[in-house]
Amino acid sequence: MSLRSPLGRVLGLGSAKDGTSHWWAQRVSAVALVPLTVWFLISLLALPSLDYATVRIWLSFPLTGLLAVLLVAVLTYHSYLGTSVVVEDYVHSAGTKLASLLLLRFLYVLVGGASIFSVLRIALRT
Amino acid sequence: MPRPISPHLQIYRWQIGNSLSILHRLTGIALAFGLFALCYWLVALAGGQRSYAVAVKLLASPLGLLGLIGWTFAFTYHLLNGVRHLFWDAGYGFERTQRHASGWFAVLGALVLTLAVWLLIWHASP
Repeated sequence: MSLRSPLGRVLGLGSAKDGTSHWWAQRVSAVALVPLTVWFLISLLALPSLDYATVRIWLSFPLTGLLAVLLVAVLTYHSYLGTSVVVEDYVHSAGTKLASLLLLRFLYVLVGGASIFSVLRIALRT
Repeated sequence: MPRPISPHLQIYRWQIGNSLSILHRLTGIALAFGLFALCYWLVALAGGQRSYAVAVKLLASPLGLLGLIGWTFAFTYHLLNGVRHLFWDAGYGFERTQRHASGWFAVLGALVLTLAVWLLIWHASP
């Protein structure tokens, strides 16, 4: 006999069967971001200038392009995980919460997609 | 049904622990906006010389510089405090003195790193 109410079952509330996956993904992406972000910051600081030609040439190196794609991908994912928890914590009405989370996800896919596409446009232009 | 939430901010005694926890979330939200700015910078860079010049002008404006300096602190703090969290997740650093020492290390370390980065930029700029 199930102890869950019919209403609870219909709404799908209760165990989502993925207890720690969100928490774990946040940590794994955090660990990956330590070297990626530090590399990005130090590389930019080490460039002789941040003018158009210098940054374009820097990003057109294969290793730079690869690391930049990984950086924006993991950064977008980690940031999405974090801000979605903020929305879940402070937006209480079910409808607004669902709409905000949906909007947030679309926004992050757009930001991540546009960033990766831009790096590839620069890196693959020979 | 309105249920009591914890911790109750009105009666909660402010201390370094909860202040830094709140600061971690605030810097995370600030860095989400920083990610959008990074995305814009990459899109502008891929778009060509003219769009990049507009982006650089925006970022080098007083408001843009304020944002960049703020994001530098947000990033270095979120990085150092994030590593602090990872140590906790691994089961280390829970003693009162360790918690306080690592907390101060994260805040002061972020301030020092922010200062160092911008002194470096200031010295390098013609």
